Amino acid sequence: MSYLEYNTKRMPSGLAKVLYLNWPLVALLIAVACYGFVMLFSVAGGNLTPWAELQIKRFGLGLVVMFVVGFVPLWFWRSIAGVAYAVSILLLLGVEFFGTIGMGAKRWLEVGPFRLQPSELAKITTIMALAAYYDWLDLKKVSHPVWVLAAAAIALVPAVLVLRQPDLGTSLLLALGGGAVIFAAGVHWAYFAALITAGVGLVGAVFTSRGTEWQLLKDYQYRRIDAFLDPTLDPLGAGYHINQSMIALGSGGWSGRGFMEGTQARLNFLPEKHTDFIFTTLAEEFGFIGAASLLLLYMLIMAVCLLTALNTTNRFGALLVMGVIGTFFLYFAVNMAMVMGLAPVVGVPLPLVSFGGSAMIVLMVGFGLVQSAHVHRARLPS
Amino acid sequence: MKRTDRDKELSKRTISRRGLVLGGLQLGVAGALLWRLRDMQLNQSEQFRLLAEENRINLRLLPPTRGLILDRNGVLLAGNEQNYRVVIKRDDAGDIDLVLARLARLIDLSAEEVERARRDMLRNRPFVPVTVAERLSWEEISRVAANAPALPGVTPEMGLSRYYPLRADTAHVVGYVGPVSERDLEALETPDPVLLIPRFQIGKSGVERMEEDRLRGRAGSQRVEVNVVGRVMRELDRVEGVPGGNVHLTLDATLQNYTLERLHGQSAAAVVMDVQTGDILALASGPSFDPNLFVRGISTTDFNALLHSDYRPLVNKTVQGMYPPGSTFKMVTALAALEAGVTDGQERVFCPGHMDVSGNRFHCWKRGGHGRVGMVSALSESCDVYFYEMAQRCGIDKINEMSTRLGLGLRYDLPITSVAGGLNPTREWKRNNRGSEWRVGDTVNASIGQGFVLTTPLQLAVMTARLASNSAVLPRLVRDPLERAQPQAASLDLRPEWLRLIWRGMYETVNDQRGTAYSSRVVADGQTMAGKTGTSQVFSITRAERDAGIRRQEDLPWNRRNHGLFVSYAPYDAPRLAVSVVVEHGGGGSSAAAPLGRDIMLAALNGGRPPLAAYPAPQRNRIQYEQDEMQERLRRPEDMRLSRA
Repeated sequence: MSYLEYNTKRMPSGLAKVLYLNWPLVALLIAVACYGFVMLFSVAGGNLTPWAELQIKRFGLGLVVMFVVGFVPLWFWRSIAGVAYAVSILLLLGVEFFGTIGMGAKRWLEVGPFRLQPSELAKITTIMALAAYYDWLDLKKVSHPVWVLAAAAIALVPAVLVLRQPDLGTSLLLALGGGAVIFAAGVHWAYFAALITAGVGLVGAVFTSRGTEWQLLKDYQYRRIDAFLDPTLDPLGAGYHINQSMIALGSGGWSGRGFMEGTQARLNFLPEKHTDFIFTTLAEEFGFIGAASLLLLYMLIMAVCLLTALNTTNRFGALLVMGVIGTFFLYFAVNMAMVMGLAPVVGVPLPLVSFGGSAMIVLMVGFGLVQSAHVHRARLPS
Repeated sequence: MKRTDRDKELSKRTISRRGLVLGGLQLGVAGALLWRLRDMQLNQSEQFRLLAEENRINLRLLPPTRGLILDRNGVLLAGNEQNYRVVIKRDDAGDIDLVLARLARLIDLSAEEVERARRDMLRNRPFVPVTVAERLSWEEISRVAANAPALPGVTPEMGLSRYYPLRADTAHVVGYVGPVSERDLEALETPDPVLLIPRFQIGKSGVERMEEDRLRGRAGSQRVEVNVVGRVMRELDRVEGVPGGNVHLTLDATLQNYTLERLHGQSAAAVVMDVQTGDILALASGPSFDPNLFVRGISTTDFNALLHSDYRPLVNKTVQGMYPPGSTFKMVTALAALEAGVTDGQERVFCPGHMDVSGNRFHCWKRGGHGRVGMVSALSESCDVYFYEMAQRCGIDKINEMSTRLGLGLRYDLPITSVAGGLNPTREWKRNNRGSEWRVGDTVNASIGQGFVLTTPLQLAVMTARLASNSAVLPRLVRDPLERAQPQAASLDLRPEWLRLIWRGMYETVNDQRGTAYSSRVVADGQTMAGKTGTSQVFSITRAERDAGIRRQEDLPWNRRNHGLFVSYAPYDAPRLAVSVVVEHGGGGSSAAAPLGRDIMLAALNGGRPPLAAYPAPQRNRIQYEQDEMQERLRRPEDMRLSRA
């Protein structure tokens, strides 16, 4: 069978493509999504409504989307990458001017009955644009400063627009996801070393300047940082959510408190328990076994995708898959770090598990692109 | 763009290398996450689980049921009534204005109450129940319950609240409860946690306050699971508290009721006491007030009316009111003289209507004088001069000693608030308090219960009981319902021949034609009463007033008139009860106090309305009229349960 065989010589067409899909990836995605269904059922107090049922339907739709995207030839995606990127930038600008305000930030565009979240769309189109850019770019120019700056601009324009909404989490995801593609494309490591040094220097400057005349941040911003670094300092204020989340997570123990027995979640001590903090509930009710196994599944998904990337000779496809892997990784790593008190509370959902339509569909489009790269991986005679 | 194979190979190599580096990095981060997870869930899970438990479990106190206060026959004096109230929760009600408007049509709600409920609801979190109306009748609460579907968020609830079925009758003795104040808490070193329950009530006065420890009981506790906003999700377990113990008083509710009613219209006090046991059967101070008003929260208008009334309804005059005993003190002087051996009691003293002592003239109440009087007639006709003479012979020290022996000037340890000690003046007392030496004139004044002597109606009752029983009875207000033996008081060791003189004198006071209380005699067999009147001067009639034609007490303004006093015991040959009556500014003892004393004594002896046959025939018509009038006032509503004001 061809789906486990990487060195295919023939490009499949029509329904034969089904045989060339990355089926282990599909199985893993379904497994992860099931974690989500179970947890959403639990936090609703043992009800399919209001979350689990809708999530199942959305995931079903997501699978269909993934297959459709996967069946479309990869070069089609490459050829529309620029246009898609331009459209998503326009949509982000649209949010800037016509966006709907929700949760203290402008994130959505109301288009008739639909609510569009352009920042989610931008995650995919930025990666596509960068992959197409490096596919187009002469390999010798990859590390040339001008071309590096151009790539950085492609990643940063949507990131800055999203930051203005303001949505720090998504903005970070966009910039870092783009960074992953740029890194994978082979840009000289010195750029990254310089960037990291600059970042560390900036953080150092921010902290050493505190209390001096040239203090870089406002006092309240420092206090937020303090609360982030030590949530116990302000258990009822800034650190409240993190504290409650850590209590829930820690109290899970080895095997958890049992399905639907998590007191922190059931008694509403957890904030956003069906979205951003769903991992906490999972860890509370299923303990280390539940939480670690989910982490393992995520890692397996990444590994499967990485294999696809390594085995395609198509530069666009490989870079695209690397971008999807990077974004996916950032999603769950930032989310988990956040609920464990290792990162500030930024609105990043747990991929495929948290309740939410936009993020789910966009991720499935991303995995569709991975499937497309996988299906169309054959070495074509030049 | 077209690439060369070499380029493709290069690209693939680069991407592979970089992909593996990225993958390695990501694996590292994932490892760190896994490590953190392990650390929190495996190493620190105990600690976090403890925190989670603390989060969810809330300890609540269950207020104990307060003990009852009962009279000697088990009649309820202070109890706990079901208090029906209506509470409303905002988050269940939806449109609160609509629901309140509907509610106002079912039960009697003023616009003010509706507005207050609305405000409370908006101020509190939406799930906090707000009390809209309290003390609803059963009919009202049923109407609310029946209309429940139209009243979302409205719940009829039931709680216990203190009530005093006899209302004003026992206000001064039983007292009342009220919410715990800051001052109450400060007074306690380790306050019972139950006191911190909002709206918890403790005794504020009277027996309610003094027997608080016994009545309160111990709080139970309840562990409940709460969610993040404090809403109770379920009960985990509960420890039942210990209900408060009951307090049994020596009072007789019927007699108490009669006594207070008999004082109606006067500022007066009366005490009925068992001469053998000291049991207080009635302790009435009129006018009284409805203690239930205080439990519900008295309005400022009502409170000021009580506070500023001339008749001082808030004061318990039986133990707090201190009055010069007047002629009711003469038994003390007589016994002091007998014991000092300065007279044999048969000796006669000539009363010319006055006596000159060291340059001052002391008058007898009878201007013309009594002529020659012995001890018995001096008591029955209340001759002052006789006692002036006796007091000078025996001196203040003997009088003071006898007065203390008979129970005057002592502060009795009764479980009621503000028990006063009265005043038995001594030489030392005068030196310390007035800065001058004791003079003979002071002794002369004291001999007839004027001057510095002050007594409370309770003390006068104790004195009378001690005289009648020749034993050192102590007043008692609380009794053990299971007690077998009556308390036996020690003997006073007064010689029977002396006491017979006193008894005879008190008998003739009431039953001899010349006695000062002859019109208040009892003619029924076996209920013969002996007593002594007293009139204590509050102000002398001034020269200016005398010139203006004021001769008689009735002509004076009320608050300048004399106090009327009367002490008595009955039956004469086998004393059972002692009664003392003080009528503030009543004019005189024989006219104002003695008729009250007789009626109360007869009511006590007969266990209810005094029989007409006990009164001398010529008085019966008037008495019957008075009794009917009183019966009219006594008629109370069938339903003793408090309805909402």
